[in-house]
Amino acid sequence: MEKDFDVIVVGGGLSGLSAAYTMADAGLEVLLLERGDYSGAKNVTGGRLYMNPVRDMFPDLWKKAPLERYIAHEEVSIMDKERSITVRYDGSELAQEPYQSYSILRGKFDKNFAKMTEKKGVSIVTKSRVDDLIIENGKVEGVRAGGEELTSNMVIACDGVLSLLAEKAGLRKPGVAKDHAVGFKEIIELDRTVIEDRFNLEGDEGAARLYMGEVTRGKFGGGFLYTNKESISLGIVVGIKDLTEEPFVQAPDLLDAFKQRPEVACLIKGGQTSEYSAHVIPEGGYNSFSKLYGEGILIAGDAAGFSMNIGVTVRGMEYAMATGYYAAQAAIKAKEADNYSAAGLAVYEKLLNDSFVMKDFKNFKDAPHALDNPRFFNRYPQLAGDVMRDLYEMPNGPKARIYPTIMKYIKFSEVFAFLKDFGGVRKI
Amino acid sequence: MSEQMGLKAKLGLDVFKHDKEPHIKIRPGMEKDARLKKAILVCPAGLYSENAQGEVEFTIDGCLECGTCRIACGIEVLEWNYPNSGCGVQFRFG
Repeated sequence: MEKDFDVIVVGGGLSGLSAAYTMADAGLEVLLLERGDYSGAKNVTGGRLYMNPVRDMFPDLWKKAPLERYIAHEEVSIMDKERSITVRYDGSELAQEPYQSYSILRGKFDKNFAKMTEKKGVSIVTKSRVDDLIIENGKVEGVRAGGEELTSNMVIACDGVLSLLAEKAGLRKPGVAKDHAVGFKEIIELDRTVIEDRFNLEGDEGAARLYMGEVTRGKFGGGFLYTNKESISLGIVVGIKDLTEEPFVQAPDLLDAFKQRPEVACLIKGGQTSEYSAHVIPEGGYNSFSKLYGEGILIAGDAAGFSMNIGVTVRGMEYAMATGYYAAQAAIKAKEADNYSAAGLAVYEKLLNDSFVMKDFKNFKDAPHALDNPRFFNRYPQLAGDVMRDLYEMPNGPKARIYPTIMKYIKFSEVFAFLKDFGGVRKI
Repeated sequence: MSEQMGLKAKLGLDVFKHDKEPHIKIRPGMEKDARLKKAILVCPAGLYSENAQGEVEFTIDGCLECGTCRIACGIEVLEWNYPNSGCGVQFRFG
């Protein structure tokens, strides 16, 4: 039977748009369904996009893309209760073209990407929630949305981190707390000039700041700040499992406390919060992946778990775009061979294995385990703070020698834990 | 120090489109389930609370559709779907 479309893409976020955009270039008939009012309406980033891995996959996309600021100033702060230590990385190296990363806002970026995807000939239908897959003889043959049946040779599920479609296709089980974090953030509007003055930015330069330690009460995660053109993205990412464990704290309280820290309050002073958003992040990495393809279906982006936290960098969007791109390549090959079975679509996994995507995830497969260690978010920030205090504090009376003072903080028994923790970090 | 903005006020800044039915429901009989209590801690919109009877109560107004409750509590205690087409939160910045 003749199908309505070659491919139906479910979800108009970065992986879905990347897939549709790439397939349209190859002349496939593609329908993209997005449940929000527009692409980006249901999406959230921290966030920044790293350009190098995906720049060449979408050569026409960038010229008019609504990017915010290129990140030329990186900072990471270790926060203890009443103090913090910051490392800054900047200089001319990060201010050179092509810039390696930009802050972005998904409401703008995805909307523009959708417009460009539509121009390539993809039919995009917004306000369309997909309710189910059409499965015949074990193979996906289309979707059900709003009481209608839409048929296609195959479906690419880009329906986000929960991927209810991958569950319906039997390719994955519901996500579990230990493999996921939740991010929530405020958009705080400030005048362009105020942002540039406060963060020492020249023109379209931007700053990225990460905060770890007390900001999550020692739980796995951290705080983040990105400068946009006329706003600041300020938020928290915290492991969901850690949130359900002691010390108990309600997630929104972490962000309120973060905003009140003097180190942060001075940066957002006078700003107007204009949006509050939240999103789940898959952080289980390689060891938590489920099946990426089945009969007539491919899974890409967050839906397949492609997001990675390796401490100072947290990445998801490049993987979403790249997996969408490779899913499209697999679909193009499937159409050439007229074979949409799991065997025909297995090339997707091979393409990913040969690309930076799986190489990254294999390289960093132990990172979630090595970093999921309360001492990194609790004990070490405190220790670092104690050391700084002893370096800088001048007592009323003689100052103690520095080395013995520092050593007194580290109990003999802790040395082994210390070696083990940083031994784990070598795997990253 | 500037006045902290309450969670309700923060959620009031977002654009929400009303749905005819809540897209998340506590499964009947699960109101006191220990798994459900996790939602009180994890929900970034603070939509879950415990009443005097020890039951978890929930309001859908202000749901950011992040899915944290589904992951923390599980689908045995929560019936979870996305809002109907074109309903729910519509992020302008995201």
